[in-house]
Amino acid sequence: MSGADIEARLREPWSDLETDDATAFARQRDGATFGIWVFLASEVLFFSALFLTYTAARLANQEAFAAAGRETNIVYGTLNTAILLTSSLTTAVASQAAEKGLFRRLTLGCLAATAALGLAFLIVKGFEYREDIEKHLVPGAHFALSQAPAQIFFGFYWLVTVVHAIHLSIGIALVTRLTIKGWRDTNFLKENPQVEVTALYWHLVDVVWIFLYPMLYLPGRSG
Amino acid sequence: MFGRLMPETASLQAVLTDRIFIGLTIASALILALVIGLVLVFSIRFRRGSKINRHPLPEIVSREFEIGWTAATIFLFVFIFWWAASAEIGAYSAPPGAIEIHVVAKQWMWKTQSSNGAREINELHVPVNAPVKLIMTSQDVIHSFFIPAFRLKRDVLPDQQTEAWFQATKTGTFHLLCTEYCGTDHARMIGRVIVMEPEAYASWLSAQPEGDDLAHQGERLFSERGCAGCHAPGSAVHAPSLAGIWERPVPLDGGRFATADAAYIRDSILQPKRDVVAGYAPVMPSYAGLLDDGEIQAITAYIRALGSEPAVVRDLGTPELRSNVPGGVRQRSPALVPGAPVLDQPAPAGTAVRP
Amino acid sequence: MSTTASPTGLADPDELDLRLPVSYLADGHSVRSWLLTTDHKRIAILYAITITVFFFIGGAAATLVRLELATPEADLLRADTYNKLFTLHGVVMVWFFLIPSIPNTLGNFLVPLMIGARDVAFPKLNLVSWYLNVGGGSLAVAALLLGGVDTGWTFYVPYSTVFSNTWVSLTVLGVFTTGFSSIATGVNFIATVHLLRAPGMTWFRLPLFVWAMYTTSLMFVLATPVLAVTLLLVVAERTFGLPIFDPARGGDPILFQHLFWFYSHPAVYIMVLPAMGVVSELITCFARRKVFGYSFMVYALVAIAVIGFFTWGHHMFTSGMSPFAALVFSFLSFIVAVPSAIKVFNWTGTLYRGQVGFESPMLYALGFVGLFTLGGLTGLFLASIPIDVHVQDTYFVVAHFHYIMVGASVSAYFGGLHFWWPKITGRTYPENWARFAAILMFFGFNLTFFPQFIAGYLGMPRRYHVYPPEFQIWNVLSSAGAAVLAVAYLMPLGYLTWSLLFGKRATNNPWDASGLEWRTASPPPRQNFFGSPQVQGGPYNYHPEGVAPVHDQPRLPSRGSLT
Repeated sequence: MSGADIEARLREPWSDLETDDATAFARQRDGATFGIWVFLASEVLFFSALFLTYTAARLANQEAFAAAGRETNIVYGTLNTAILLTSSLTTAVASQAAEKGLFRRLTLGCLAATAALGLAFLIVKGFEYREDIEKHLVPGAHFALSQAPAQIFFGFYWLVTVVHAIHLSIGIALVTRLTIKGWRDTNFLKENPQVEVTALYWHLVDVVWIFLYPMLYLPGRSG
Repeated sequence: MFGRLMPETASLQAVLTDRIFIGLTIASALILALVIGLVLVFSIRFRRGSKINRHPLPEIVSREFEIGWTAATIFLFVFIFWWAASAEIGAYSAPPGAIEIHVVAKQWMWKTQSSNGAREINELHVPVNAPVKLIMTSQDVIHSFFIPAFRLKRDVLPDQQTEAWFQATKTGTFHLLCTEYCGTDHARMIGRVIVMEPEAYASWLSAQPEGDDLAHQGERLFSERGCAGCHAPGSAVHAPSLAGIWERPVPLDGGRFATADAAYIRDSILQPKRDVVAGYAPVMPSYAGLLDDGEIQAITAYIRALGSEPAVVRDLGTPELRSNVPGGVRQRSPALVPGAPVLDQPAPAGTAVRP
Repeated sequence: MSTTASPTGLADPDELDLRLPVSYLADGHSVRSWLLTTDHKRIAILYAITITVFFFIGGAAATLVRLELATPEADLLRADTYNKLFTLHGVVMVWFFLIPSIPNTLGNFLVPLMIGARDVAFPKLNLVSWYLNVGGGSLAVAALLLGGVDTGWTFYVPYSTVFSNTWVSLTVLGVFTTGFSSIATGVNFIATVHLLRAPGMTWFRLPLFVWAMYTTSLMFVLATPVLAVTLLLVVAERTFGLPIFDPARGGDPILFQHLFWFYSHPAVYIMVLPAMGVVSELITCFARRKVFGYSFMVYALVAIAVIGFFTWGHHMFTSGMSPFAALVFSFLSFIVAVPSAIKVFNWTGTLYRGQVGFESPMLYALGFVGLFTLGGLTGLFLASIPIDVHVQDTYFVVAHFHYIMVGASVSAYFGGLHFWWPKITGRTYPENWARFAAILMFFGFNLTFFPQFIAGYLGMPRRYHVYPPEFQIWNVLSSAGAAVLAVAYLMPLGYLTWSLLFGKRATNNPWDASGLEWRTASPPPRQNFFGSPQVQGGPYNYHPEGVAPVHDQPRLPSRGSLT
């Protein structure tokens, strides 16, 4: 990257460091990565609290949770798991390619694929939601299952999948933004810390789903 | 003018608690006096402009001081912990043979019912020097059962049972307060506990109408809510008889056994398909939402009453229903404010109509 | 007073021409230049304005509550109004005043200055954090204007989810939003301290205030998300009918309490750790001593932050938890008091052989030591299970946490505000008024809250607007103290406003203090420093190593030591 490039991308307060621009830019990069890791630690606690709540409720109501787990659509769930895992692969490739500063087209392609896979996940999820509503799996007066604690399972199901979908939508927006900017500006993606930051966030959303899949789709299906 | 500084001490636990409280107060006062004293002495002696000699502190002294007071505070705190914890552990479970009293809390009143039949609202009569065990549940939100003079407090939870016990050591009338915020009239969810000499308690008890006690209520519910349709001997539907099962092992599907205690009966009413008795089909519907906690307690008491008898269903008969609470709200809750609205009027004394 | 020109490339602060630098305050006068600023100092000012507004909203609610409690009858407020007022007081004071108070005002202003940085690591995120705070606060105030909330600041289920028919969801969303403001601040401070320390500013040369902000930020980042989830579950259950805690459907309301206190107990340390940091700065400066046992002070902060995460269960001893779990929580609650005790002893030790001056910030700091000690010691009562069972949810608990959160934290906030006021605004305030307010606050506070210990042990439950008449004497004393306290809190509002308009220009280092923040102009320029800070020594360099402080000695930044 040229000196002018670096200077253009340096921001407050990193631009005021008493070092040359290249070192300052490296520090700025470190700062972005460090910051997102700290934020991800916060997110981990966020989802851990949800998982803990689920675990406590499931331990107290094992049969109802098994019965409720059998009502979820495992085909959609497995398909979505595959989609999301693939998207993490494309994100990782994009992140590495951007960091090396080579392969602009590969980076762009992988970012676009990531956003597309994310959208595909949401679309599949939408079909699944429609089916769930048709099967009266929304807690309330017309709930389909007779056991009351099954409503807790589905309360958790709706809440956590919506929260996950919101996280994923934010991820899609971030990836799309990078794709558009990288497409317009040839140099934008090269060594840009934003790619790695976005990728780390995307992986977290993916990891959360890896926990959610067995929690929501596998109970009651082992026997 | 200032009245007393310590609340009345009227139970075994109160004595223990007060002992720790006073010990801890003395220790705290000494520490506080030490800190404030040192701060005052240092800031006055070493005030700016004083001619006092200020030698340098050797580095080693600082380290030794740090380790010294860290060790001292850890030792002191662990000692207090041990003292308080051992008092708590020793008094955790009720002694056998305690009088059992069921407490049902609701916005904003306390309903108590003794196993010997006395039912009260916002009042609780107990004999002095006898252990009393409370089995509590709530019909709506979380409440907390608090008798300051007994140093007794336990949260009362909806759809769960909590237990506590006390042994009163003084006769008299004491506050019963709700300490978990429970809505508009939280401050008016108060009553009183009347501790009586055993003879006075016995005569109070005998003056109570012949028990429309828990077991009788349970029996009534047993037929009203259709339990008897299947569980009574000779009914058309094949269901296990409930006579004589109390606290006995019950064979379950899959070769397991369960003890027919209060928890099992509660589960069997609310989640009947969970532990089905061996040899029976899981046909019983859940009564969750159809029976409230008080009613489940009553049915449990009825099954318990069956337990000591040979396996025949007795007819307990229907006693006359009367409220046992004398007087109006003002007498029961002396702290209530004149003219304040009390939303949940309990039934007046005298003959009552069964709903 | 320095004898040689600074070897650091920084201008000597006492030789700076007061008219020369453009201060951060003069760097743009439009509303836009304030509302879109990324300057950490301006954001600190924005925060200071919002928390002052919230402080007086919460204070007004407290005043009405204390007025009602002067008599045992309900003669001023109806039950529902009273319940809404104490809820408002709790929600506003905890989330919109105390938690952002020191970290987001003094912390935002001082952390970059103290470590020799130009700004925080993510200046835009810092501004976003303020907007989240204001947004959350607006939702909470909107809930108040629409009719209020009556759940108490703890939002216990199932009352908050099923039974209350007030504006619970809106308030909860407000708190949820402001939680993200805390997380943003936490991320920012952690990254700033890790990555932007000036050359030579090693971890063990950091001022204790920076250490306090760092440990507080760790708690912001790790505890707040749990609160966010808990509140989200309440909103989901209340608004969208997704049952999680509903006992009628097999849910467990106790689980809510575990999650809530997993955040809210560390939140107490979020409120008090920054106060400890402020007081460490004040006591060293006005005793003109190095802090006694610097490394122990640092370890104590870290120990409180870590152990503080594992003591939440002592809020639930009466909820019927397993006696063994109760023992563990009781033990940890005793242990977490040890580092606090170490800090108190170290502050006391710092005074020894010092040059103690009694300027108003020092009065606040000394008041803090006394009130914090009493508050901390009564914490031991609550850690002892039998005593906690008796005093749980009584005025004893109310008194205890007000000693910590108001007596200690608010005293420290006022102390810090007075100490750094000349640096922040470039003006001096009337010292005698400030001393009077500090003393009045101390006595008013004790008169308000000490009687509550007695009322609490006698058995007066909290959240009662009518109460048995035998408690009246203690409530009358408390209400009288509250009146004194109200006057004491209003006084700084008056004389500090006066100083903004008519106060004398402050010099760059009026207290002759040692921190990096004093090595620049008052108020500092946008870039914070004139030149680049290089740090060559530890903090609190009020006298040379191994030498006693002599009578009325000037500060000795000799041997090239900067801090």
